[in-house]
Amino acid sequence: MYIGVDLGSRTVKMAVWDGERLVEHRIEPSGFEPHRQAEKMIADYRAKVVVATGYGRHLAAEHFADAVITEIKAHARGISHEFPGCATIVDVGGQDSKVISLDAAGRVSNFQMNDKCAAGTGRFLEIMAASLAYTLEEFGRAALTADQEVQINSMCTVFAESEVISMKNRGIAREEIARAVHSSVADRLAGMLARIGHGDPVAFSGGVARNPCMVELLEKRLGARVLVPELPDITGALGAALHGTGM
Amino acid sequence: MATEFEIKPYPELWAGLDMDVPRFDKARLMLGEAYAKTYLSQKNRPVGMAYFDTMIAEIHGGRIQELLAAKAEGRPVIGTFCVYIPEEIVLAAGGICVGLCGGSQGSVPDAEKILPRNICPMVKSAFGFKAGRICPYFQAVDFVYGETTCDAKKKTWEILDTMVPTYVMEIPQLKRQRDLDLWLAEVKDFKTKVEEVAGRTITETDLAAAVKIMNNKRKALQRLNSLRHHNPTPISGKDGLLIEQIAFYDEPMRFTKKVNALCDELEERIKAGVAVPTKNAIRVMVAGTPMALPNWKIHNLVEGAGAVIVNEESCIGTRYFKDLIDESAATMDTMLAALTDRYKEIDCSCFTPNDERITQVIKEFRDSHAQGIINYSLQFCHTYNIEEIRIRQACEREKIPYLFIESDYSAEDVGQLQTRIEAFLEQIGG
Ligand code: SF4
Ligand code: SF4
Repeated sequence: MYIGVDLGSRTVKMAVWDGERLVEHRIEPSGFEPHRQAEKMIADYRAKVVVATGYGRHLAAEHFADAVITEIKAHARGISHEFPGCATIVDVGGQDSKVISLDAAGRVSNFQMNDKCAAGTGRFLEIMAASLAYTLEEFGRAALTADQEVQINSMCTVFAESEVISMKNRGIAREEIARAVHSSVADRLAGMLARIGHGDPVAFSGGVARNPCMVELLEKRLGARVLVPELPDITGALGAALHGTGM
Repeated sequence: MATEFEIKPYPELWAGLDMDVPRFDKARLMLGEAYAKTYLSQKNRPVGMAYFDTMIAEIHGGRIQELLAAKAEGRPVIGTFCVYIPEEIVLAAGGICVGLCGGSQGSVPDAEKILPRNICPMVKSAFGFKAGRICPYFQAVDFVYGETTCDAKKKTWEILDTMVPTYVMEIPQLKRQRDLDLWLAEVKDFKTKVEEVAGRTITETDLAAAVKIMNNKRKALQRLNSLRHHNPTPISGKDGLLIEQIAFYDEPMRFTKKVNALCDELEERIKAGVAVPTKNAIRVMVAGTPMALPNWKIHNLVEGAGAVIVNEESCIGTRYFKDLIDESAATMDTMLAALTDRYKEIDCSCFTPNDERITQVIKEFRDSHAQGIINYSLQFCHTYNIEEIRIRQACEREKIPYLFIESDYSAEDVGQLQTRIEAFLEQIGG
């Protein structure tokens, strides 16, 4: 078995690859010590190689992992496996978002990460959902139902939150505000894509890719369909597992 | 071994300089620890680095005593912040020039009590050292000489002047003839000011000797740089950067001798096939804003990930030493013109247009046999941040793997930078 673990800031993801297919995957909260969580998760499997990725990768290497790769490489590997020929990846995770360009062989040729702030990340959406009293699942679905669009101007989480509150107080419908929050993230991602000069097709990975409104808005901005893997959260873990097969 | 290293304390000397001694002593211990961790833990360091270790151990004492001794003889000690201030003139008057650029997060809060937060960390760090009275160099200088290169600096001089006499040299931002004429006039004013403080007139002989000293120093640094370009490289990028940083406060003739001795050793290493860190380490070049002591952030991360930095296209780097002054001029006027000619070759991003720098970055990339470029800009440095666009485009055109990093001195982005740097190395390594 080739195991990939993605030790993220919010969750630990695991993918088990038997050489031909994905036989198991799990997602657990990171907890205080993500590497202990990961160690527990892989304990049930007979691993030939364990490859770690994500923020906790080096800690994992100190304790149990055989190798580490960055999330960038892991997502490239995972997406190229699911969608051979994919040219660009948008990955929105808990604490950062990235845009990755791939060459014809699926190798990373360029990448961008948003800098030092929560704007345009899963965390931003989470905070905004909470201030509108939605669960994360409801949030995306509700935003889809809005029939008018208002505009959020601030990209800073703190300021955006007060903008949201003042919109609520002005009596703007909850769905419309939800839609505006999604739009501001989509604009941010579209900006990153433009900066990198992206190629097609574009794939969307990371947990936020399960949000239907985000997918729709991104497709609108790009004027093209966006590929979303069946299990977008575990793209990085899968990529790490696949990396192990070549070791 | 790492634990034995100590930055030597000189509490009486510091008290005599009206410093905040208890606070400074804490900073001393922290710097010593950081140095031991960053530098002394390196494997396979050249023996010749011992001198530079001593220069760090004596940074707050031994070298300060030398400055004070010079002052006692009536020689001026002048603090500067930019490689456009002509050191040759200070040397010719028997004076000493020290670079006061700050590379430490420790003094930033002192600055932020007065200055806006959203300006360049180098300006804040340097200013904070003076405001907090926690830098013996700042306390020892007779006056400082600033310049009009960027807005953050030129407006800070007005505030700094209330704490230490601050003079300003106008550096034009274009290089047309009328700008160069102005520049030459500014250099002449600078000479007059330095002569006034030194209480003596600079003769042609004085200036010729100073030009020679500085040319020799720059040649030694050029030699070190070209040895770093050898593949595999015989010295770490961290050590290379350290020497470039020490160049701004050490006595130039002694420094030149020590750099040349180190270069002799590196030549032997190259013959013997010694590689630092390993033969197949990925070679990276850094371009961008200066990295002032003790800013080793990027070098630490890159070399911590197993790669090696082989060139700094920076003011604490090649911009300081790539050009020499023509020594053939004989009259004061032609000598000052030759000097200004050399200084105008420095391709700082505060100039427009600045095509020379784009060409220079690509040239240094080729010369250093690097495999990728990390373009580094301090946060809020508008000129380097915007010039990034042109460097990026040039790298795209030349198919050079390229990473842009905008950062300050705080530790909060280290995790993310580590990921970006490792991903960049993976990208180069395939
Ligand atoms: S970057 Fe420009 S302003 Fe700063 S030290 Fe260098 S030449 Fe001077
Ligand atoms: S790095 Fe940029 S902003 Fe900072 S002092 Fe130099 S030119 Fe000014």
